[in-house]
Amino acid sequence: MILKTKDITMQFGGVTAVFKLNIDINDGEIVALIGPNGAGKTTAFNMVTGVYTPTEGKVFYTDAKGEQIDITGKLPSDIAKLGIARTFQNIRLFKDLTVYENVLIANHLHLKSDFLSATLHLPWYMNEAKQMHRNTEKLLQEVGLWEVRNEKASSLPYGQQRRLEIVRALATKPRLLLLDEPAAGMNPKETEELTEFIRQIHREYNLTIFMIEHHMDLVMEISDRIYVLEFGMTIAEGTPDEIQNNQRVIDAYLGVDEDA
Amino acid sequence: MKKRDMILTIIGIIALFGLAFFVQEEMDSYIRRIVNLCLVYAIIGLSMNLTNGFVGQFSLGQAGFMAIGAYTVGIFTVPVEYRENIFYAMPMNPAIADIELPLWAALILGGALAALFAFAIGTPVLRLRGDYLAVTTLGFSEIIRIWITNAQSITNGALGIKDIPPLNDVRYIFLVTVICFVFITLLVNSSYGRAFKAIREDEIAAEAMGINLFWHKNLAFMVSAFFAGIGGGLYGALLGTVDPKNFLFTLTYNFLLIIVLGGMGSITGSMLGAVIVTAGLEYLRFFDEPLMLFGMDIPLFRPGFRMVIFSVLLMVCVLFWRHGIMGTREFTWQKAIDFVKNPLGFIKRKGAAQ
Amino acid sequence: MEYFDAIANMSALSFAQHMVNGISLGSLYALIAIGYTMVYGILLMINFAHGDIVMMACYFAFFGITAFHIPWYFTFIITIILTAILGVLIERSAYRPLREAPKNSILISAIGASFLLENLANYLFSGRPMRFPDVPLLSQNISIGGIEIQAICLVIPVVTILSLVVLLHIVNHTKTGMAMRAVSKDYEIARVMGINIDNIISITFIIGSALAAIGAIMYGIRYPGITPMMGVMPGLKCFIAAVIGGIGNIKGAVLGGFILGLGEILIVAFFPDLSGYRDAFAFIVLIVILFYKPTGLLGEKTTEKV
Repeated sequence: MILKTKDITMQFGGVTAVFKLNIDINDGEIVALIGPNGAGKTTAFNMVTGVYTPTEGKVFYTDAKGEQIDITGKLPSDIAKLGIARTFQNIRLFKDLTVYENVLIANHLHLKSDFLSATLHLPWYMNEAKQMHRNTEKLLQEVGLWEVRNEKASSLPYGQQRRLEIVRALATKPRLLLLDEPAAGMNPKETEELTEFIRQIHREYNLTIFMIEHHMDLVMEISDRIYVLEFGMTIAEGTPDEIQNNQRVIDAYLGVDEDA
Repeated sequence: MKKRDMILTIIGIIALFGLAFFVQEEMDSYIRRIVNLCLVYAIIGLSMNLTNGFVGQFSLGQAGFMAIGAYTVGIFTVPVEYRENIFYAMPMNPAIADIELPLWAALILGGALAALFAFAIGTPVLRLRGDYLAVTTLGFSEIIRIWITNAQSITNGALGIKDIPPLNDVRYIFLVTVICFVFITLLVNSSYGRAFKAIREDEIAAEAMGINLFWHKNLAFMVSAFFAGIGGGLYGALLGTVDPKNFLFTLTYNFLLIIVLGGMGSITGSMLGAVIVTAGLEYLRFFDEPLMLFGMDIPLFRPGFRMVIFSVLLMVCVLFWRHGIMGTREFTWQKAIDFVKNPLGFIKRKGAAQ
Repeated sequence: MEYFDAIANMSALSFAQHMVNGISLGSLYALIAIGYTMVYGILLMINFAHGDIVMMACYFAFFGITAFHIPWYFTFIITIILTAILGVLIERSAYRPLREAPKNSILISAIGASFLLENLANYLFSGRPMRFPDVPLLSQNISIGGIEIQAICLVIPVVTILSLVVLLHIVNHTKTGMAMRAVSKDYEIARVMGINIDNIISITFIIGSALAAIGAIMYGIRYPGITPMMGVMPGLKCFIAAVIGGIGNIKGAVLGGFILGLGEILIVAFFPDLSGYRDAFAFIVLIVILFYKPTGLLGEKTTEKV
């Protein structure tokens, strides 16, 4: 098990956004988190990645050595260093920097040289820097962004920006990748390409993927398991088949009259 | 960097060094003073651009860091035998009364003290949102001044420190400027510099990419303070006397104009901005003198007019020309070569690109 | 030890004296802080020029009485009107063009506006300090129960409370006030709902600047030395007061103003050795508050949307 949340709860003032959420993700799985808007999905992501500290509950992560670490309330940067990377619902690229720089920056977290050696470009830093450039070049070629490497991130078409954000996350060498609505705003063709892309990176980079998504065809096609959230609580969990036939899920999505 | 560019840069610096020698040997003291001031302002402008332009953290503490540097130079380079006369109101604190340092050592010490102070205030302050940071750094720069005014036995209080061995060597100041320029250029082009830019672009994304916001902001803040301290030290040595009134927070606005005009996030822009602003401010002194035209006294020209123009310039710049001369771009040799080869084509392409 | 002796020796009378001074200074800070908090609530920017608007108001009143010989009560009304116009002018020329620009640009523009006002005042009125004219009744000292106080010290808190009551009524019980609250809650949605944002922002600047003018007049009577730079320190402190109370919250600004005003006076009273550091007090309180309660004493918890 790579990620485990135990009864995590998030309250904002008097509003409970997420209540006692328990999620287990196994190594190598693709797990989806679905649910109506405002169900608390992104809040759950934010608790896992350290943007919010859960009001209650714990988040555990198992690192490459098999050691279970309590990451509740750790800094986002420390969590990223442990091997959890993410994308954002409303794309957050480094807009004025180039595609290449966006990806290169994501290598910084593994830099060992201190700031003075880096500034003075001392040999051991230069070695590390060369490696960072090589990694970036290799990654960009593998994911098909090599041609646009010198473009400004903000000048890419929408679909490419989404892809770049995933690639930037990949550059941090994560073991667990969190995707927040990667297909938002995409047409069917783009969604299909993205599905293929997620499959590709899942296979090639030895990843576990945890994603929030509204496009049901994408979710049903690639997920091993699905969690369904409504009003901050899990209402169902299971394989795509099980979820598709679950009465509560159908009700939540079709909206049943509460009084009926 | 390409080999050609490296060679051209080195040649350029050597040529400028030659120019510095020329100014030192051949020019009158007025020109020398302006050139020196340009260089010192370039150092401090660069230091401010590091935090404000590259990391996107709006800090207004430059005058305070300068004061630390300038007073360190003032306190430790004044010959011991003069000190009794200078500190006539209250004798100098015996712990430092007999310590005399050469200028270079005092400069480094001043920079280090400024960096230390930056670290101390950065710890609480850099957690704040952008505009709170502006107010608190401005406040701390004033607190430094208040402390200087009150710490009679160390700083001689409101009387200031006179008889600082004057520094009027263009070459010396030029050398320090080059060191500062090279250091900050290398820093900005290192992995740390890229992390700074990432923070400027999007703090939340930068953090998610494993960049520790607090540590990186603090680092930039300290480096910035260090060079502002060095620049302040040179400034003090240049003036030959330091006084708390030299370091009012409005001094910081000079550097704000420099980086806005040159382009926030452009090193060469800051250098350019420093030269334009410093030389411009000198030239504008003309507006503070009464002017007689055709036997009539033009009432517009009297003390204070220069600063009115200065503040209007700052506003015009940010209102109509937000990206300044360079934006976040840098001067590159390639562009210069393109320009020399085909000036018209270069301008056309530049126009089309915008 | 000597500090404790000093406190012990301080008579009830002089303590009352300090309290009166502190409350009147706190009231002044509160009035000015309201302007910061309202603008921040709506535009999410520090109106750096607000302190200099206070300074300009002092000069308006000064010239009205001394140069134009307008009766003081008329002068005060004209001052309030002129200052409100000045506030709106600054918003129109320096802030409105940059509303869609990055926040740092607006901040620089605000600094520029502040610096321009200071330099203009210096150029037009000279840097020499001028003495705010004495106002009949208000400037006189009166003696109550053995303590000598300037009459204005009694007027200041009353005027502040009255202004606050009127302001809270406007904000909470009028259509304009409702629109203001809507804009500060969510700018975009308010715009979509058909609220004229430009008007609301202008009204905010009118109210903020008018309160600043009222504060400035009383400040001038209480502390009669006026200079082009006089607005800077009170301005910074009042912004801090607004932050301490919880930026965007009017009651919070008043609370913050009182904390700073009283604190400043009492520190100087109890620890005369520290009087040189009087201006540093506000900044230290700011750091402490932001460290423990970043949204201020009465501020709502906000989290950036990720």
